[in-house]
Amino acid sequence: MYSASDLKKGLKIEIDGDPCVITNFDFSKPGKGQAIYRCKIKNLVSGNQFEKSYRSGDKVERCALVSRACTFSYNDGINYVFSDNETFEEALLGEDLLGDAKHFIVDDMKVEILFHNDRALDITLPNFVEMVIAETEPGARGDTATNVMKPAKLANGYEINVPIFINEGDTIRIDTRDGVYSDRVSKG
Amino acid sequence: MPSDSILLRDALMRCVRAFFYDRGFTEVETPIRLKIPCMELHIDAEPSGDHFLRTSPEIFHKRLLAAGHERIFEIGKCFRRGEYGARHHPEYTMLEWYRANADYMDMLAETKALVSAVAGVGDPGFQGLVDSREWKTVSVSDAFHQYAGWDPVGSFDEDRFDIDLVEKVEPALKKMGGPVVLIDYPVEAAALSRRKPGDPRVAERWELYIDGIELANAYSELTDPAEQRHRFEQCAEQRKSLGKLVYPVDETFLQSLEKMPPSGGVALGVDRLLMLMAGAVSLDQVLPFR
Repeated sequence: MYSASDLKKGLKIEIDGDPCVITNFDFSKPGKGQAIYRCKIKNLVSGNQFEKSYRSGDKVERCALVSRACTFSYNDGINYVFSDNETFEEALLGEDLLGDAKHFIVDDMKVEILFHNDRALDITLPNFVEMVIAETEPGARGDTATNVMKPAKLANGYEINVPIFINEGDTIRIDTRDGVYSDRVSKG
Repeated sequence: MPSDSILLRDALMRCVRAFFYDRGFTEVETPIRLKIPCMELHIDAEPSGDHFLRTSPEIFHKRLLAAGHERIFEIGKCFRRGEYGARHHPEYTMLEWYRANADYMDMLAETKALVSAVAGVGDPGFQGLVDSREWKTVSVSDAFHQYAGWDPVGSFDEDRFDIDLVEKVEPALKKMGGPVVLIDYPVEAAALSRRKPGDPRVAERWELYIDGIELANAYSELTDPAEQRHRFEQCAEQRKSLGKLVYPVDETFLQSLEKMPPSGGVALGVDRLLMLMAGAVSLDQVLPFR
């Protein structure tokens, strides 16, 4: 348990069984009164934000978050299935939780998954992933300028801007943190 | 306005001292390390060897009043354990002054005069704030009725009082803007102030807020040793039940109360005043070694 005086911005706590993070923190102590710790809190599962005040005697649950190394196995049509590298336990992550990361998950990809108890909360992919361009208009012959971009599509339908010299079948590297083209790995 | 907080503090201190010298006050020095800190429910003293650091110079000033010093002031560091935030620092500068044969309303008039006298040193915005705006006075009872929907006078609930004060009343005072005096506290929150003659549920205490920042606290001082002893004993029990350190009752202080004239006193947070004068939003901007 934390006591109220341990609270600070960025601290992860548990409220009603849900993991939460303190996004804003203010120490108040009206003249002669008790200390009031005013927090803005974000629920890490629902994303809801709310305000809550703690008094000096209040106790707050600690939040046990564990990051585990996992490997992508397969997509069962609804969930992305990962297996724990040590225990081989399966973890099922839905598309909602994955967000844009779903476009960059490839077979046998090594990822880090953040768990609260046995519930997956967040996933971290390797910073870069290599993928093949499935569709793009050919670039104008002779135009080798690298700063001119054109639209392209991956096999999974993800749309990405690539330099004009990239052709269908080329393998490119994508930064998974912002989903942006990084460089060309090989020609198709 | 001086270009940094060091120069601003220097200018403020000169101005404050001139104000009190002009009014016939004596500048005093009282102990910083104490055997017995002043017993208050929610103020914790920092230990210093076999002593404690003072949380306020109040006890010694009252002993000086009892000894016949009728106008005294002190500017010095006070220490409060665990208080850290945008408007708190565990080591801070307090301006404390007392006047014999005066009450909390006399002290309010003097506080207004002091704030006006020093305002010119600060940011023009601050001067406008305190000079051009009317100083509003709101009773705790009215403020809670209006902004929190209940009256703590006569039906005090400490937890609810503190939380509603922070979440509802203080933000409303901030919206009102400028100087607002919150006055006549429920006697349960009286600390070392006397009851209001004619309304024993209320204590003669006020807090000055400027732009929602609590700046100064004042009392018509309690001079009844029996009632003071009773409050200390009650406070000791409450501290014990909260698992806090219980300080012994200061018998020398209680004895001196018997000779203390009716007096008014004010404690003003100098760092917060600097913050307001500089137009700053946090003590970070006025405490260079924080």
